[in-house]
Amino acid sequence: MEVIYFLVPISLLFLGTAVVFFVWAIKHDQFEDFDSPAHRILLDDRELRRKQR
Amino acid sequence: MAQALAAPCYHCGLPVSADHPFVATVLGAPRQFCCPGCQVVAATIVASGLDSYYADRDSTAVSPANVPAALSALLAFDHPEAQRDFVGVEDGMACVELSLDNISCAACAWLIEKRLHQEPGVARASVNLGNHRLHLVWHAEQAPLSQLLSALQAIGYRARPFRADTHATQLKQESLRLLTRLAVAGLGMMQVMMYATGLYIGAFQGISPESRDYLRLVSGLITMPIFFYSGMPFYTSAWRAVKARSLNMDVTVTVALFSAFFTSVYATAIRSGETYFDSVSMFIFFLLASRFLESKARQAAGETATSLMALTPRLATRLEADGSEHIVGATQLVSGDHILVKPGETIPADGEVIAGSSAATEALLTGEPLPIPKQMGDSVIGGSINGESPLTIRVSRAGGDSTIATLNRLLNRALAEKPRLAERADQLAQYFVSGVLLLSAAVYLVWHFMAPEHALWAMLAVLVATCPCALSLATPTALSTATNALARAGFLITRGHVLETLAQATHVIFDKTGTLTEGRLQISASSALRGNIGDWQRIAAALESQSEHPVARAFQSLPLYSLPAVENRRQISGSGMSGVVDGREYRLGHAEFAFGERGEQDDSLTIWLSDADGPLASFTLSDTLRPEAIVATRSLRALGLQTWLLSGDRSRTPQILGEQLGMNHVQGGLSPEQKREMVQQLQAQGAIVVMVGDGVNDAPSLGQAHLSVAMASGTDLAQTTADALLLHDDLRVLAAAHGEARATQRIIRQNLFWALAYNISVLPFAACGLVPPWMAALGMATSSLVVVCNALRLRRLPAPPLEA
Repeated sequence: MEVIYFLVPISLLFLGTAVVFFVWAIKHDQFEDFDSPAHRILLDDRELRRKQR
Repeated sequence: MAQALAAPCYHCGLPVSADHPFVATVLGAPRQFCCPGCQVVAATIVASGLDSYYADRDSTAVSPANVPAALSALLAFDHPEAQRDFVGVEDGMACVELSLDNISCAACAWLIEKRLHQEPGVARASVNLGNHRLHLVWHAEQAPLSQLLSALQAIGYRARPFRADTHATQLKQESLRLLTRLAVAGLGMMQVMMYATGLYIGAFQGISPESRDYLRLVSGLITMPIFFYSGMPFYTSAWRAVKARSLNMDVTVTVALFSAFFTSVYATAIRSGETYFDSVSMFIFFLLASRFLESKARQAAGETATSLMALTPRLATRLEADGSEHIVGATQLVSGDHILVKPGETIPADGEVIAGSSAATEALLTGEPLPIPKQMGDSVIGGSINGESPLTIRVSRAGGDSTIATLNRLLNRALAEKPRLAERADQLAQYFVSGVLLLSAAVYLVWHFMAPEHALWAMLAVLVATCPCALSLATPTALSTATNALARAGFLITRGHVLETLAQATHVIFDKTGTLTEGRLQISASSALRGNIGDWQRIAAALESQSEHPVARAFQSLPLYSLPAVENRRQISGSGMSGVVDGREYRLGHAEFAFGERGEQDDSLTIWLSDADGPLASFTLSDTLRPEAIVATRSLRALGLQTWLLSGDRSRTPQILGEQLGMNHVQGGLSPEQKREMVQQLQAQGAIVVMVGDGVNDAPSLGQAHLSVAMASGTDLAQTTADALLLHDDLRVLAAAHGEARATQRIIRQNLFWALAYNISVLPFAACGLVPPWMAALGMATSSLVVVCNALRLRRLPAPPLEA
């Protein structure tokens, strides 16, 4: 089972990366508004397609 | 009868009068609208090239009828004195945060953003659909704010700056900090669980001591930030409680966490015994998650409440000694200043009229909907609205001394004396924590004499097994679920004690104007003495079409089209209107004014239309009852509550209304202070009082009541006093809220019962040393899930009973 001495540090590395990303997302207002950006991108896209037609 | 029902209004979805629809072309086809308001809004949207809005929206718009069209009111937002309160600087441009009314779907946000970007000078406009806020960054020198606001009004949305609230900002920061702690705990917990699985399997199948110790060491390392960083809120709260010589749930939590964590560290160090790192991290994660949901609910409530506290710039036109006019902030006025108040403006301070004659609406202060005539020598109250013509006023009491400030002091006293119901949740914790501590001490002692080497681990197993995870989740999960469900239904809870108080309520007291009634006059009956009533209605509406008087508004809201042209229109203050239509002169007003006779005294307000030959038609005006008020009061009585009506109105109207609604008790002609005393008397008799009101005159009694509910359309003062707000002014939600509050208490009791039952049933096994760490972890997760799922049942509101 010596492999765990190699795999566990890798899992720790993943964990650290995940935490850093999460904190970055919180600091950059990614949890501010869950609704508007999703709709905005769809509506802009539909508007564009209507104009091309 | 009308022909087949016409399609609903294309803009707002309200029924269209089949006889005279308003038509405009949208998306290449003619569409029908219910009113000129909707028609104009639709035409503006099409003219702006934004008609895709209609193709993309998934719900109809809110009727623009309640968006005031007056541009003059917006101009005040341009004044630097007013802007100081809400306009900031971002990237060298002006920025402002606005709260938006009438947003119904995602396409609204799109429409608002696109429309604003068409305006010159707008750099950024982004709508947050979650809290209906608009963040606007623009070049102030290229476009005044009023121009942007009026562009929004033209497409049917009202945007208002609101009073920035430090409390709401704090809540937001607290919720973000909690989210960070939750993220660390959640991600860490997943890893620790992974290693724990290995350890558990190892416990059954055999594992080499080196691998076991290695996994324990790594688990301990990951648990360390969770324990010290994520768990911090519990320790500080527990420490505060201990310092105040009381015990709360966090004390129990802290004792369990500390003992579990440090013995696990000890076990890892001495390489024997049991470790509970997985339980520790899971425990912290579960508790933090419920804390986070709670703070989210509170943050949403706080944001909505601040959005409602719209900021109206209070400016005053001061007349200087040399006759020049000077615009100053209302707070800068001093006693003795002369000020000019234009028609439609709010009177900025208490004072005495020294020139001009007009009528002022004091509805907010007295509940009286009709304007009161004001002439030279009359006193006026700050906060009332000037009617038809300009007034010059000498300020008698400004700022801190004004009538509103006096009411404010009355309110503060009432709030200080407000009786509060004791919070039961933490009492349970007191018994529980002392019980658990005594018990684990007893277990330690017993084992110490039987088998000393097992004593420590048995005591620890007791502490971990009785770890009050489910117990401390029981109350907050139920409360935050109910709070969210009620907020969706339009009942916004702003203070913590609301659900508990509401469940025990015995009396519901209503205010009249603005609460049970809509607070504006409507024509309830019209009859013609000669000729056709339709013609007379049209002429009366034409005469009143340009006035801001509440009576005129009633005529303006008649569903009429193509009004005749009026020449020579004259407004006679305090009496009525006269004008010439098609060569005939008409008079509209009191009986005395219209045809020179005094009509018989009546409680309702009757307006007459006459020509040179005498009276033509009479119109009866009354403040209309909210359509849902009857259902609301009836279902409250069906729930076993007493309904009362306390009003400042001196006429017989409160009595009539009370009979119509079947109120248990009605009293009119009460001053704000008398209202408060009535509430206090009731409370002295042991009643738990819920007060529903909207105006400044209600604020003291709102403050006095156990639980106060304000209408969203009410005044700032009423709203800041209130424990809860009715977002859509729908009184029916009250009954649903009462039912939900009772259901919440029931669910909390069930939750506490289940959690206690679980903890007590594992106790004997733990005391005998029969609960290994994996079983403790599993039991904790299961009992917590049961409690959370039970709380989620509160997401559906109970249906209110319909019949008394």
